[in-house]
Amino acid sequence: MQTIRRRLLTLAAACALAPGLALAQSDTVKIGLILPLTGPFASTGRQVEAAVRLYMQQNGSTVAGKKIELVVKDDTSAPDIAKRIAQEMVNDKVAVLAGFGLTPLALAVAPVATQAKVPEVVMAAGTSTITEASPYIVRSSFTVAQSVVPMAEWAAKNGMKKVVTIVTDFAPGIDAEKVFSESFTKAGGKVENVRVPLRNPDFAPFLQRAADEKPDAIFVFVPSGAGTQLMKQYAERGLDKSGIKLIGTGDMTDDDILNDMGDVALGVITAQFYSAAHPSAENKAFVDAFKKANKGMRPNFMAVGGYDGMHLIYEALKKTNGNTDGDALVAAMKSMAWTSPRGPISIDPATRDIVQNIYVRKVEKVGGELYNVEFATIPNVKDPVKAAKQ
Amino acid sequence: MLTILFDGVAYGMLLFVLAVGLSVTLGLMNFVNLAHGAFAMAGGYVTVVLMSRYGVPFVACLPVAFLAAAALGAVLERTLYRRLYDRPHLDHVLFSIGIVFMAVAAVDYTMGSQQQNVRLPPWLSGRFDIAGVGIGRYRAFLIAICGALVVALQLVVSRTRFGSRLRAAVDDRRVARGLGIPVDRIFAATFAVGSGLAGLGGALGAEILGLDPTFPLKFMIYFLIVVTVGGTRGIVGPFVAALVLGLADVAGKYYVPASGAFVIYTLMIAILLVRPQGLFARPR
Repeated sequence: MQTIRRRLLTLAAACALAPGLALAQSDTVKIGLILPLTGPFASTGRQVEAAVRLYMQQNGSTVAGKKIELVVKDDTSAPDIAKRIAQEMVNDKVAVLAGFGLTPLALAVAPVATQAKVPEVVMAAGTSTITEASPYIVRSSFTVAQSVVPMAEWAAKNGMKKVVTIVTDFAPGIDAEKVFSESFTKAGGKVENVRVPLRNPDFAPFLQRAADEKPDAIFVFVPSGAGTQLMKQYAERGLDKSGIKLIGTGDMTDDDILNDMGDVALGVITAQFYSAAHPSAENKAFVDAFKKANKGMRPNFMAVGGYDGMHLIYEALKKTNGNTDGDALVAAMKSMAWTSPRGPISIDPATRDIVQNIYVRKVEKVGGELYNVEFATIPNVKDPVKAAKQ
Repeated sequence: MLTILFDGVAYGMLLFVLAVGLSVTLGLMNFVNLAHGAFAMAGGYVTVVLMSRYGVPFVACLPVAFLAAAALGAVLERTLYRRLYDRPHLDHVLFSIGIVFMAVAAVDYTMGSQQQNVRLPPWLSGRFDIAGVGIGRYRAFLIAICGALVVALQLVVSRTRFGSRLRAAVDDRRVARGLGIPVDRIFAATFAVGSGLAGLGGALGAEILGLDPTFPLKFMIYFLIVVTVGGTRGIVGPFVAALVLGLADVAGKYYVPASGAFVIYTLMIAILLVRPQGLFARPR
C-alpha cells in the first residue's frame, strides 16, 4: 500500500512538472478541436472543421513565432467521450480546447478546462449557461436567447398581436418557448404554447391546432432537420396562403440545407446572427473561399462560429506574444472586438460571451438559390438571459 | 375536425404500409425481424437518390423503391435470415437488431447523417377543399395507394393458391413440406414482398416522417405497436390497428397536446389488457 501510494505521488509530481518543462521548450502550440464528426450532428462538425482549416490556410500556421498544430477528434456527440478526449488532449499539453457542437458536450468539458486552466473556446453550442460553467470558457458562436428575443420584439413591433409557439420538448426548445413568451407578452402580445415530443413523426396535428387559434404568426423552434418537415407541412396545410406567418430562429433555415428545402421555405422569417447572404466584403470573401475549399458547400452559422473562434485564438496568442498560459489567453480574449464575416462582433469581458448584431431575415430566391436575405438589424445584442441576471 | 380525421387516416395508412411487412414475417413466418425499418429506410434512400441525382419523377421512384427493398430482402433472406428460422426468438432479436445498427452506420457513412428531402411534384403538394374540409393532396394520394394495397394483399392471402400455400406452410411446416409445398421458396418470396412493402412505405413516408440514418430505430416502436395491437394473423388486423393508432395519435396530439405523445401507448395498453393476443388474432 505504502509503495503504491509513493509511486502515485512520484507520478503525480512528474505530471505536474511536465507541462512546465514542455512550455519552456516547445515552439509549437497545439489546439485541440473536439467536434461531432459522425452521428446525427456531423454536419455541425463538418462545417466548423472546414472553417477552422480555412482560417489557418488563410492566416498561416505561425503565430507570434509559434507553430500552430491542430488536433481534431470526433466526440460522436457523446458527452463522456468529449470529456475523455479533452482530458487526453490536456495531458498531451494542448494550449486551447475548441469546438463543441452541442451544449452537453461543452458542459462536460468545462470541469476539465477549469482544472487544467486551459481556455475552452465554444464555437457552436448555444445554451446561455455554458459560459458560467467555467471561467475558462469563451464563446464565439451565439446563445439561443440572443436570436429569440429580437425575433419576439420584431414580431410585436410589426403588428403581430397573437403568436402560437411550436417548440420541441427538449431543453433548448423549452428555453426558446420561455424566452419568446416572456418578451412577446412584455411587448403587449398574446402567446399560446404548443410542445411537440422529441421523437415526433408528424407535425400535422400540432400545426392544425396552431392554425385553429388564428394567430398572426407561428413561432417555431425544433432541432435542425425537423424544421424542413415542419415547413413542408405548413405549406401543405395552406397556412402560407392564409396569412399566418412562420417565424423562428435561423436554425430552421440553416444555410447548409436551405437550398435543398425547396420553395416551401420561401417567405419564412427568422432572426439570427449569420446569413451566407450577409452583404459585406468580408463575408463575400469568406463565402467564396469557403465554397472553393469545400466543393461548393455553403458556410452556415456553425462555420462562422468556427472561423471566428480561430480568429479569437490567433489574436489572443498575438497579444500574449505566444505565451500559452490559460489565464493570460482568456484575459487577452476578453473585450476583443473585430469585424467578422457576420458583421461587427466583440467578446463581453464580464461574461466571456459574444456580443453581436442580430439580423431579421426572410428566405428569398437570389440567383436561383434560396438565401436568408437580411432586412433589419438589431445592433450589439448581448445574451439576454445573462443580461437579465445582472 | 374532419381535417383531423382525414390526417389521422392518412397517417394510419402510412403506418400500415410500413408495418404490414413486419406483421407478415412475424405473424405468418414467426420470425421477429426488428430490422424491418432498415428495409423501409432503403426504400426511402433509393427514392431520394433517384430523384435528386438522376431526376427520376417521384411516382416512378415508388415501384423502384419497392423492388430495391424486395431484392435486398430476398438476398438477405437467402444468405442470412433462413439460417435462423428454427432458432429461438431471442436469436432473431439479437441478429436483427445487429442488422439495424449496421444499416444505420452504413447509411451514415455513405449518405451522411443529415435529413434527406423528397421534393414532391406540384400536383401532389398543397391542398384542396371539399365541402369546407381541407384535404392535403399528398395525404389523399397516400390514402388511395394504401387502400389499394390493403385490398390487393387481402385478396392474395385469402383467395390465391399462393396465399393458401403460405398459410399452410405457416400452420405446419413439416406437413406442408410433406404435401409437396415448396416452403422454402414461399418463405423467401413472402419475406421479399414484406421487405418491398417496407421499402415502399419508406419512400412514401419520407415526405411526412423525414428520412435520416436513424430511421429504423426511430420508428421501430411504431411498427411494433401496430403489429402487437393488430395481432399477427392476416392483413386486416394490422390495418385496423394502424388506422386506430394513426387516428388516436393525430387526434390526441391535436386535442391534448400536453400528453398527446402518450395517447397511443395508453391505447395500446388498454387494448392489450382486453385482448392480449391483439385485435384480430385467433386465441391460441
